[in-house]
Amino acid sequence: MSSLTTSEAGQAASARSKKRLTAFLFVVPLLAFILLTFVAPIGSMLWRSVHHPAVAELIPLTLAELQRWDGKDTPDRQTLEVFVRELHELDQQRLSGKLAEEFNRAYTGMSSVVKASARRVGRLDADELQDKGAETLLQAHRNWSSAQVWYAIQRAGQVYTYDYYLTALDLELHPEQGIQVREDTQIYLQLYSKTLNMALVITLFCALLGYPLAYYLAGLPENRANLLLVLVLLPFWTSLLVRTTAWIALLQTNGVINSFLLSSGLIGEPFEMLYTSFATVIAMTHILLPFMILPLYSVMRGIDPSYLRAALSLGAKPIPAFARIYFPMTLPGLSAGALLVFIISVGYYITPALVGGTDGQMISNIIAFHMQRSNNWELAAALGSLLLALILILYWLYDRFVGASNIKLG
Amino acid sequence: MAEQAGDKPFLQFTNVKKTYDHRTLVVKNFNLDVAKGEFITLLGPSGSGKTTCLMMLAGFEDVTSGEILINGRSVTSIAPYARNIGMVFQQYALFPHMTIRENLAYPLKIRKKPKAEIRAKVDEYLALVELQAFGGRYPGQLSGGQRQRVALARALIFAPDIVLMDEPLGALDKKLREQMQFEIKRLHDQLGFTVIYVTHDQTEALTMSDRIAVFNNGIVQQCAPPHVLYERPANLFVADFIGESNKLKGVIASVGDDRVSVRLDDGAQVSTLKANCTEVGLPTTVSIRPEKLTFTDRLGSAGNQVKARYITRHYVGEYIRYHFETSDGTELVVKNMNDSSAPQFSANDEAVLAWLPQDSQALDRPDASATS
Repeated sequence: MSSLTTSEAGQAASARSKKRLTAFLFVVPLLAFILLTFVAPIGSMLWRSVHHPAVAELIPLTLAELQRWDGKDTPDRQTLEVFVRELHELDQQRLSGKLAEEFNRAYTGMSSVVKASARRVGRLDADELQDKGAETLLQAHRNWSSAQVWYAIQRAGQVYTYDYYLTALDLELHPEQGIQVREDTQIYLQLYSKTLNMALVITLFCALLGYPLAYYLAGLPENRANLLLVLVLLPFWTSLLVRTTAWIALLQTNGVINSFLLSSGLIGEPFEMLYTSFATVIAMTHILLPFMILPLYSVMRGIDPSYLRAALSLGAKPIPAFARIYFPMTLPGLSAGALLVFIISVGYYITPALVGGTDGQMISNIIAFHMQRSNNWELAAALGSLLLALILILYWLYDRFVGASNIKLG
Repeated sequence: MAEQAGDKPFLQFTNVKKTYDHRTLVVKNFNLDVAKGEFITLLGPSGSGKTTCLMMLAGFEDVTSGEILINGRSVTSIAPYARNIGMVFQQYALFPHMTIRENLAYPLKIRKKPKAEIRAKVDEYLALVELQAFGGRYPGQLSGGQRQRVALARALIFAPDIVLMDEPLGALDKKLREQMQFEIKRLHDQLGFTVIYVTHDQTEALTMSDRIAVFNNGIVQQCAPPHVLYERPANLFVADFIGESNKLKGVIASVGDDRVSVRLDDGAQVSTLKANCTEVGLPTTVSIRPEKLTFTDRLGSAGNQVKARYITRHYVGEYIRYHFETSDGTELVVKNMNDSSAPQFSANDEAVLAWLPQDSQALDRPDASATS
C-alpha cells in the first residue's frame, strides 16, 4: 500500500519535471535580461579592473626585452633599441599619443616626454635608427635613463594587474620596499570613509524622521493610512532631477530658505548651504525616506496592538513598555529600512553631483569622473569593485550579527 | 462568594455609557455589581458592547459617562498600568522576543521585586500551569494551549485584584478549549481571584461562570446565574441566544399568579409560566426548550399538547433531533435521548407533542405589531 509501483513513481517524476520546466520557462526572459544587463556589466567591470592589455599591445617587443632587465640602472642597449624602433613605428601610425597617455598614467609627467621623444625618434630614418636610436632616446629626456620610469613601464605593460586596486586604496608598489602607502596624494580612502560617514548620517536621519511617521501611520485606520502612504510615495512619482533641483532652489545663497531667514532678521548674512555635504545629506534623506518608511510601516502594521496593551496591563508605564516591548518588535523593519537606505546612499551619484559641490562628493562621483573625464576606466572599475566588496562585507557583517533573515521588506 | 468588606460591592459599573463617534452609543447604560472572587461572564454576539466594557475596565478605552469603581474608588482617571488588573488576550500577546520565564518575570521586574523572589514566583507559576520544562523556550516554540497557559500565568503572577479575559479560548480547537476551561476554573478556585470573562460561546459561559451578563445592542438583557439564564430567560433574545428554543406564537388569554394561559395561533390553549408578557390580549411567544418537549405517551395527559407533522430526524449520537411542523408552519424540534424507546416515524405522520407548563414561558413577541 505505502510504496508506489515503478511505473507510478516514473509518472510522478515526469509530472514533476514537466512542472519544473514550465516554471523555468516562465522566468527565462527575466533571467536573460538580468544576465545581459546586470551580471554581464558587473562581470565586465570586475574583469576590466584587473585586465589591462593596452600597453602590452602597443610595445610587445620592448616588454619582452624588459624581462631580462634586472631592475637596476638603465635597461641595456638592445632593449632601448627595440623600444626606439617600436616608438618610431607608433609615431608613424600616429599612436604615440595613446602611448603617452598610458605612460603618463603609470608615471606622472611622462606624457610630454613620450610625445617629444616620439617626434625626435620619428625624424630618424632606418639607418639612423639602427646606429644612434638609443642615444637619441637618452638625449631626448633624462627620464629614459631612470630605472624608476622603466619599472613603471614594465608594470604598466602587464596584461593582468592589481595596480589599480593599489591606487584605489592609496597604495603603491615600490621596486624595493614593496607595497606601501602612497605619499603624494591620499584621496580614495578618505573619500570612502567620507562616503560611509555620510551614508550613516543619512540612514540615521531617515530612521529618526521615518520611525515616528510609520508609527503614526500604523495606528491609523486602513483607508486613512493608505491615503497618507500615497503621500509618502508621491516623491517616487516625481522625477529625481526635479526633486534635486527643487533642493537647489531652496538651499542656494539667494534661495528660499536664506531669503526667509534674512527677511525675518534671524541671520545677518546668508548661510552657505548649497554645494556642501549638508546639502547632500538633506537632499538624500528626503529622497531615501520612503525606503525607510515602507518596511517600517509594514512591520508595525503587523504588530497586534494587544502587545502594548498587555505590557500596560502588566504594570509597565508607556515609555518603558514602548522601549522594551514595541521597539524590539519593530527591529526587523528598522534594520531592513536602514540597510536599504545605507546601501543605496553609499552608491548614490546624481544628488551629490548636483547639490554636493566638492565638499559633498561621494565615491560614486569620483568613479564617474574616472569614467567620463580622465578616461581611466580601469581605475573606475577598481573603485567600483571595491565599493561592491565593501557593501557585500557590510551585508555579511549584518547577517553575522543581526541576521539577514530578520529583514522584512513588506 | 458574595462576602465582602462593608456593603460596597468589590467592582461596580454604574450607568456606564460609551460612544466612539459621538452619535451612537456602543454601550448604553451598563450597570453591574461584582463581588470579590466572583466569575462573571459578559456574553453576547459580536458588536454587542461586551469587549468595550472590558476595555473600559482595563483602561484602554475611556468612559464616555458613568463610573467604574473598584473597592468604592473610581478608576476612570487612573492609567491602565496603575489599575493592577491582569489581562488575558485572545491572541495571547506573549512577547515574542522574550522567553517564557522572561515573559512571566516582566510584571514582577517592573514592580522592582528582588531577583530571588522573582525567580521563586516564576517557578511557582510555571508549576501552577504545568509548564516547568518550557521556561527557556520562546512563545513561538509553544503550542496554542501552552501559550494560553503562559498568558494566564502571566496575568496572575503579580496577584492582580481582577483578571480580565477577552475571548481567551477563541483560537483553540474544541478539545483544547474544554481542557482550558477546566484549567481556568481550577486556578480560579485555587487562587480566588475575580474574573471578568468575555466570550460569545454560550457553552463556555454556562459551564464556567458564577453569573452571566447577556449583552445585545449595548444593553444587558439579563444578568443571572447560568441555570436561571437557561431556565428562566428574561426575554426572547436571551431564550434564543442561550441554547435552543421552540417558539409558539399566540396571544395571552388569561393571567394568574405565576402562570398565564395562552391561546396559540392554531387555536390550542396552553398554560405556561409568567415572564415578561403579562397582560391579557398581548401577543406572546411561548418558548420551550427542545429537551422539554416530548411525545404524549411519555407525559400522559398532564401537560400542554400541540399537534404537529413529522418532517425528519437528525441522528446526533447521544440524542436524536426530531423535526416537526405545526399547521401554521412553525418548526418544532424535539430532543430525545438515544435510548431503546426512541420512537420511529415516517414522513408526514401526525404526532401530538407535549410539555409541562413549568417548562415553558410566555415571552415577548417582536413581530407582533404586524400580526395584531
